[in-house]
Amino acid sequence: MSEIVGGLFTSHVPGIGAAIAKGLQDDPYWKPFFDGFIPVHRWLEQRRPDVAVVFYNDHGLNFFLDKMPTFAIGAAPEYRHEDEGWGIGGYKPYPGHPDLSWHIIEQVVASEFDPVTCQSMTVDHAVAVPFELCWPDAKAWPVKLVPICINTVQHPLPSPKRCLELGRAVGRALRSWKGDEKILVMGTGGLSHQLEGKRAGFINTDYDRFCLNNIGPNPEALLRHDSLDIVELAGSQGVEILNWLAARGALTGDVVELASNYHVPISNTAAATALFENREFLPA
Amino acid sequence: MSDPTERRVIPGTPVFDGHSAQRGYALNAMCYSFNDADKRAAFVADEEAYMARFRLSPEQLDAVRRRDVPAMIAAGGNVYYLAKLAGIFGLNVQDLGALQTGMAVEDFKAGLLAHAVTERRAAA
Repeated sequence: MSEIVGGLFTSHVPGIGAAIAKGLQDDPYWKPFFDGFIPVHRWLEQRRPDVAVVFYNDHGLNFFLDKMPTFAIGAAPEYRHEDEGWGIGGYKPYPGHPDLSWHIIEQVVASEFDPVTCQSMTVDHAVAVPFELCWPDAKAWPVKLVPICINTVQHPLPSPKRCLELGRAVGRALRSWKGDEKILVMGTGGLSHQLEGKRAGFINTDYDRFCLNNIGPNPEALLRHDSLDIVELAGSQGVEILNWLAARGALTGDVVELASNYHVPISNTAAATALFENREFLPA
Repeated sequence: MSDPTERRVIPGTPVFDGHSAQRGYALNAMCYSFNDADKRAAFVADEEAYMARFRLSPEQLDAVRRRDVPAMIAAGGNVYYLAKLAGIFGLNVQDLGALQTGMAVEDFKAGLLAHAVTERRAAA
């Protein structure tokens, strides 16, 4: 019987990937962020998940404005990261899990969600950077990937409530999966940051702390703000917290925080990493 | 689509909505093409010819020619796509921040560092 072992939430700033490529993990600017992964590595080594279900947003690699899905679920046998415009690409390919993807698709559609389904799909730094952070020494990825993409680019965005409910539907699907995999749920992006406009560089440590303190024990607290409220509170790109909310929804058990690291700034971003164990073990 | 006068205004914060998505389509489409290294090279080789292929509006053409990031955003550019163009110009997101806020890059970075904090929790 499958098991949802936990949730890993992390920022996905492209500069983190560049820092990894340059070996800057111990550089004084980067070390306080990378050190947040020490307990994550220890936990992943102990729990050894087989599958990662990743809630993220695409930044203009796979999706353009010609067709912009609100929710898209990957169902490919393999996913690739490609050049996003800066000549950085060619990360190791990500093996998919089409059977589990289709099970999730069937179950979330039965839960009255209407995702776009993708049998061919590239994944950008929002998947690649968290994978590099989690398994820095892997020759090949130890997990199969199910990517779930949420539109945080073109308004209107889905509501925070809808994202949490999508995650809950995915969590129900994972619980009903007959395989024996250990499943890690990931939510990537955030926390507060804004790249455009006169308010570029905006950071809101109070709102970030509110998110970090509530995402585990009380995710409903984040529903008091709508998506535009979150843009105002967390910045245009801080709205990526929607990915965290969806991932949190997929953790269906007794959620226990194992580690949390909040470090400002990384690039233009208030960076954060949080690890939660999901302690509801499924009946055999 | 909602009446523009009734849309919510968040100070200093362009909200990329259906209005912007329509207005900025050509510029964003050109920027999206820059995922391909050959397309980036073609733009560098002949900027005007490349922009003509994507039928940029006069406002967008002018903004790109002047490397005017706020004007690109005002013309419907989305920062995720513009970041690909900015890369061709050798600009990172701190440079973009400085250009939009009218600050020197060092001052923009200092503004980010003014929030500097590290807070860590670990379960026993």
